[in-house]
Amino acid sequence: MTTTAPPGADAVTAPAGDRPGRPRGIGRGRTGKGPGLVFVLPFLLVFALFLVWPVVHGLWLSLTDSSLALRDTTFVGFDNYAEAFGDPDVWSSLGNTVVFTAASSVPLVLIALGMALLVHSGLAGQWVWRLAFFAPYLLPVTVVTLIWTWLYQPEVGLANQFLDALGLGPVGWLSDEAVAMWAIAALTVWWTVGFNFLLYLAALQSLPASSYEAAALDGAGAWRRLWSVTLPQLRRTTVLVAMLQILASLKVFDQIYILTKGGPNGSTRPVLEYVYDVGFTGYRLGYASAVSYLFFALVIVVSLVQLRLFRQED
Amino acid sequence: MSATATPPRPRRRTPSAAAQPSLVLGHGRLPRVLAGTALGVLAAVWLLPFVWAVATSLQSEQDAASPGLSPVKGALTGQAYRQILERGNVTVWAFNSLLIAGLVTLITVAVSTLAAYGFSRGAFRGRRALLAATVAAILVPPQLLVVPLFRQMVLFNLVDTYAAVILPQVVAPMMVFILKRFFDAVPRELEDAARIDGASEFRVFLSIVLPLSRPIVAAVAIFVFIGAWNNFMWPFIVTNDPGLMTLPVGLATVKDAFGIQYAQSMASALLAALPLIVVFLFFQRRIVDSVATTGLGGS
Repeated sequence: MTTTAPPGADAVTAPAGDRPGRPRGIGRGRTGKGPGLVFVLPFLLVFALFLVWPVVHGLWLSLTDSSLALRDTTFVGFDNYAEAFGDPDVWSSLGNTVVFTAASSVPLVLIALGMALLVHSGLAGQWVWRLAFFAPYLLPVTVVTLIWTWLYQPEVGLANQFLDALGLGPVGWLSDEAVAMWAIAALTVWWTVGFNFLLYLAALQSLPASSYEAAALDGAGAWRRLWSVTLPQLRRTTVLVAMLQILASLKVFDQIYILTKGGPNGSTRPVLEYVYDVGFTGYRLGYASAVSYLFFALVIVVSLVQLRLFRQED
Repeated sequence: MSATATPPRPRRRTPSAAAQPSLVLGHGRLPRVLAGTALGVLAAVWLLPFVWAVATSLQSEQDAASPGLSPVKGALTGQAYRQILERGNVTVWAFNSLLIAGLVTLITVAVSTLAAYGFSRGAFRGRRALLAATVAAILVPPQLLVVPLFRQMVLFNLVDTYAAVILPQVVAPMMVFILKRFFDAVPRELEDAARIDGASEFRVFLSIVLPLSRPIVAAVAIFVFIGAWNNFMWPFIVTNDPGLMTLPVGLATVKDAFGIQYAQSMASALLAALPLIVVFLFFQRRIVDSVATTGLGGS
């Protein structure tokens, strides 16, 4: 009992009750022992069933030639992994994922920062700005893709109508290999920037007003205050926002699958869609699992690198 | 909210710099004008897709598909909405989404608060190891589990059931972690007083701990609900029966069937968007605060 007691538990509350050698219920000590394992059991049950089991089972699947057709599966060792390393589609979809992550993360951090700084400057209409920037984040992915399919519509969509009004020719937003990924990144920025915006806004609101007052007394102008008071204090938040954003962007699947199914010509297919295509369309669950574990390894490496950087910030 | 001394929620809207524009922007006119213009342009760009979608949804199909930069090209009509609602499947999907997101939220919140409290206060064997496993699981991307989970559902004979959609979504290690961190910071005196009065552990949890934790539990509930309402990949993979689909999945399956019917396409999108926009309008402050306090969410 004493060895598994939570650190600090006794120090805070139980000067007497639980100590061996003392009668219970005397003095101000606790009479109960605190919640038992039973509180954690429901969670442990779903955790074991729907997280631990799939993780372990997936690892096993990745070592077999398992198929959706549910015939006999045989153990194939690391064949799937070896195949994945030599599979040009794995590399191209990984490349697409990296391009998407870069193309979406940079604006998703910078624009969110700009929005938060502007809203925080205290201009009237706070809730309107918050609603405008955050509302898209609340939309289900299908709603976002329906709206943007219409905006990107080649003949009468808003984007090309706009280009037309400027005297420019139409762009195949989702059909041109050179453009499609950027068009999807733009849509993603519109959709999810609101979350980063709120993180920045919260950070700004917790900055002490005194630092501004000091700067004001020094006669620093708005621009000076931004560069030498506000931005330096947002370093930590920026690292955090960028970390969360990169991890989220690496996992892109939904909007791309719905908009282009990875096309045109595979130019927008991310890793997770390749996993889906191989596993559920191609029926090769074993191989799909191997690819998704390679992706998981990548996510862990990125997370660890980021944690390192985050620690250094402290 | 009251004076409950619940530490991990800083920043009540104190008179921070936002309350005094001059502290941020200075006294000159120019910075204010520039900031106001930039903000106006950004907000206009962000609202434009909504405006365009609403305008399109209120047109006849012919008008909607005619060229031009004006959002309204002909007489306004609610025809597209009527057609969508008459076809009926959007209402079925909305019902499914509500039911599924509601149950996911209920179960997740119940299971996670209990577990978090157990992890925070419990003195049982293996507590640290189990907590460490839970925290490590935060790193596992849900998409990684899709293939084995699907096999599992086939094995349990659950494909195309509500249970298959709901159950895998109730495992939320991140929420357990956030709640546990919160409980850690709540002082124990009240609980101990109740224990001395002979209250059972479960009674202490229900009538002392939960009421103290309302803001954080509400925040977790809101984000679990938004996540479940918008979840796409898992419901998409595990349901084939249109009668069981959620809104995002159902709409995705008929997206191509709309073809060139853009008014109907936009009307269905806006109908699906409405519920969460309403939720946001009601809970705006709480949502903004909870993103801030917990840093949770992330799509």
